[in-house]
Amino acid sequence: MRHTFTILLAGFACGLLSGTAAASSEMDAIAKYRELLADGNPSELVAAQGEELWKTKRGPQQASLERCDLGLGPGVIKGAYAKMPRYFKDTGRVQDLESRLMTCMENLQGIEPKSIVDGKFLKGEREKVAALVAYVVTESNGARIDVDMRHPEMKKMYEMGKMAFYFRAGPMDFSCATCHGEEGKRIRMQDLPDLRTQKGAAAGWGSWPAYRVSNGEFWTMQHRLNDCFRQQRLPEPIYGSDVTIALSVYLAATAKGGTMLTPGIKR
Amino acid sequence: MKKISLIVGLLVAMPAAWAQGEDTYADFKAMMDRSFKTTGIASKHRIYQLDFQKACSSEKLPSKKEMARIEAEQMKTIRYPADGKYLGDWKEGEKIAVNGRGLTWTDKTPYNNGGGCYNCHQMSHHEISYGTIGPSLLEYGKLRGNGEEVVKYTWGKIYNAKAFNACSHMPRNGDAEILTEKQIKDLMAFLLDPASPVNKK
Repeated sequence: MRHTFTILLAGFACGLLSGTAAASSEMDAIAKYRELLADGNPSELVAAQGEELWKTKRGPQQASLERCDLGLGPGVIKGAYAKMPRYFKDTGRVQDLESRLMTCMENLQGIEPKSIVDGKFLKGEREKVAALVAYVVTESNGARIDVDMRHPEMKKMYEMGKMAFYFRAGPMDFSCATCHGEEGKRIRMQDLPDLRTQKGAAAGWGSWPAYRVSNGEFWTMQHRLNDCFRQQRLPEPIYGSDVTIALSVYLAATAKGGTMLTPGIKR
Repeated sequence: MKKISLIVGLLVAMPAAWAQGEDTYADFKAMMDRSFKTTGIASKHRIYQLDFQKACSSEKLPSKKEMARIEAEQMKTIRYPADGKYLGDWKEGEKIAVNGRGLTWTDKTPYNNGGGCYNCHQMSHHEISYGTIGPSLLEYGKLRGNGEEVVKYTWGKIYNAKAFNACSHMPRNGDAEILTEKQIKDLMAFLLDPASPVNKK
């Protein structure tokens, strides 16, 4: 924990030196985050469960996830989330953290992805994925958002994610951009980040997954996006589906250079 | 000679770029098609777009001409109250304005939806929890009166905002059957009745 704060403090000092408006707003975000963490981040409990799950031999193949490759090599967790989503050679596709964890659980442990995809949030194996997510993202806290956009599949997912961002449909004609396409707007009292901009995307992408104080739940990015689509009055996105990954690529690429403050804390 | 080869090069490259754009769009549609499922009342067909939704789905707005065409088309959808009565009960209207529920996959029925007005608009003097995506409607009636033109315009705007601004953020409350005629009448009263807290402190 103290180590994390040192990194954050370093970021703080850099911001002071550069003195730009964007940096000062990031400083505000960091200061606010540190303040919230004064009493500890409730996600720590979920992350601790995740760490145990990572190391426990489970599933039909009675294996742990310690050989799981999140992109930086088997078993490397530190900083891995800040570089996701990414293109994975072995699966031949772009994956976010949750779809990648499902690949590892299937290949290493023999746990069927279907039980997770067809499951419910905060229940069963999907809840276990969430705990693993809490563990993994904690290990990218304070890291720079740095997705690798060189692979053509990443570029394509970015383009399709951007299309999905502006895609208006359903009985209320809403898109993501309806609420997140202008600066300084809010719904009721809730501030809305402008996700088209680096600053807004960094604030949004960089602070999820998060612990939600209002309902005491830890929400992954899949969970967050699922509820966005619900409120858009669109049909439900399938867990780990390409639209959720494409949107994640669009957000992470737009947020590039920002700071991961994960797990976040939300109202 | 150099010029010619440059032109030839452009001619060869351009259709290739277009084709790539079209391919990405086809792939995008296929991605949307396989990424969603029906849950509760939110059936999967909701991801298939109406023409105007598609026209309003990019970073840039459509051309002025296209916007005007959409607006004229949407104008035709507006149904004014058959009995000629536009104003209902402002107290009921206020409840509808506050209520943001309805039409999600966790809502049980498609009836009794909220208007969700406060999500985006300031309205009454006393409600401070309001959004800012739409303009403030505070003292809407006090500022505009309730002459026939104002009343008909307001009805039309609530019924189908796209008739006045093709790519408006505001839902088509009447046309998309989000609210009933009676609910729209109650909202009209909330906006226009001099006794409503929108107009009276």
